Amino acid sequence: MTTRLERTVTYGILALFTVIALTPVIGILSTAFGSQNSLDTGFSLPKGGLHWSNFADAWSRGHFGTYLGNSVLVTAVVVAATTVLAVLAAYAFGVMRFPGSTVLFHLFVIGLTLPQEALVVPLYFDLRYAELTDSYWALILPQTAQSLAFGVFWMRTYFRGSARSVIEAARIDGANTWTTLWRVLVPMGRPAISTMVVITFMWTWNEFLMALVMVSDEAHRTVPLGLAFFQGQHSSEAALLAAASVLIALPVVVVYVALQRRFIEGMLGGAVKE
Amino acid sequence: MKATALTRAYRRRAPGEPRAIGYVYILPALIVYAAFLLYPFGQSVWLSSQHWDGLTVATPAGFDNYRALFSDASLRAPFLHALLLLVFYAALPVAIGLLLAALMSRARIRGMTFFRTVLFLPQVLALIVVGVAWRSILAPDGLLNDALRAVGLGGLARPWLGDYTWALPAVGVVGTWVGTGLCMVLFLAGVQRIPRELYEAARMDGAGPLREFLTVTLPGLRPQIAVALTLTIVAGLRNFDLIYITTSGGPGNATSVPAYEVYHRAFETNQVGSAAAVGVALTVLIFVLTVTVSRLVEGRRA
Repeated sequence: MTTRLERTVTYGILALFTVIALTPVIGILSTAFGSQNSLDTGFSLPKGGLHWSNFADAWSRGHFGTYLGNSVLVTAVVVAATTVLAVLAAYAFGVMRFPGSTVLFHLFVIGLTLPQEALVVPLYFDLRYAELTDSYWALILPQTAQSLAFGVFWMRTYFRGSARSVIEAARIDGANTWTTLWRVLVPMGRPAISTMVVITFMWTWNEFLMALVMVSDEAHRTVPLGLAFFQGQHSSEAALLAAASVLIALPVVVVYVALQRRFIEGMLGGAVKE
Repeated sequence: MKATALTRAYRRRAPGEPRAIGYVYILPALIVYAAFLLYPFGQSVWLSSQHWDGLTVATPAGFDNYRALFSDASLRAPFLHALLLLVFYAALPVAIGLLLAALMSRARIRGMTFFRTVLFLPQVLALIVVGVAWRSILAPDGLLNDALRAVGLGGLARPWLGDYTWALPAVGVVGTWVGTGLCMVLFLAGVQRIPRELYEAARMDGAGPLREFLTVTLPGLRPQIAVALTLTIVAGLRNFDLIYITTSGGPGNATSVPAYEVYHRAFETNQVGSAAAVGVALTVLIFVLTVTVSRLVEGRRA
């Protein structure tokens, strides 16, 4: 059917886009391993071997040890809180019927398209009034609220699709709603839950605007914020800047490569309306 | 009688059994969601009707802040920039993705998982990291200018992000880079779901590649196109990180977008009411565009 030539062209174009997708990534990598004195901005093989010391320098001079710690803490709490709260709410939306459930559910879905820019201003003044700016709470609470929009939407789809008969069987065996959820549906729903976990992890880890507004002291900076300030101060030190970028991107990329199916599913699923 | 018909209709629509305990399950999520998302949004709407510098007492402004969105050039420009950027952030990625999907529809591809993983990669990188990487590519002595000089087009080299004319398209290209992989992955998956028989039938009828694309691939990809446009438009309009790290809205305000304007006004120039109005207007714009897209592309099935 398809000629050899056409096949070659197809692979050629795929290869071209692969190169385009990878060029900036490779640029950052080669700069990160390059010499700090080099004026090159990358794309050449590092001279004189790989300079692993750039990472150590970025770690200590850029304080990325502290920032990574903050990011890990904030992300872990947001992911845990979102998962528990979303599973509980989505369970009710998915398998129970009560007045107002549709309206309440739509209220959650609105959050999927509501931009942060429409929230960040009052949130800053509210949290400052509560003396919570420059604290982990200022990073955790708004981010959890925003992640819940996706979490509730995503998990409800799972609960709606999970077999009615399983739920009924559990009931006949005498399980109440609580045990049905944790003993039957949650173990069965591990794939759906892990998709939600990796998506929430990525969004929280990469989040910038909220962190920029809520945190002014260095002690609470997360990694994207750290990188932005680092660029402001060390914009001429390409190697350190690149090394810091690699440190920030690495956790998400590693999880992504391992679980790419879950990532893509979740990012696309978030936009699919029923 | 009417009541039972209603109950029956209700039952058919919603699954499960009546359980008042549902409220208890929803409550914890609802409290966090309402306190840190719904309530602040309401406050934004209220703030947008005030003149407030963030320090002294606010005074009512009526619709002044919204009127300024049309009358004040420094507020109009960011919205125009955002709409122009959508060409790069949404239209181009979808067009390129479709082109690729059209090609793929004609051949079976080996190594799909590899291509999918790599093409989607830009989506998972923090935009701050993406910005840092592209800043060095677009820098005066960066890769792009080096490449231009290498092929003898050195006259075209310029500090892309510092150029009044070229800064906006340059930021746009970064958006294209981020969004294209997403669209490709989406369309490639969609194409593989189109029944092979449709293509065979089209070929039997003597359709060339173009007719095949127009009659089989394009209609078959409608739902994916709607999703791709929704995702890229929302991401494009929300875009703050990239602008902040690459140009900070400059030079002048050549690359300012609403998302950046909210930050700039609220936290750098103490125009809190105006910032809130920009945020609310941005929300409305996102809603209008996404609803329009799903009406136009998906049809009125929903």
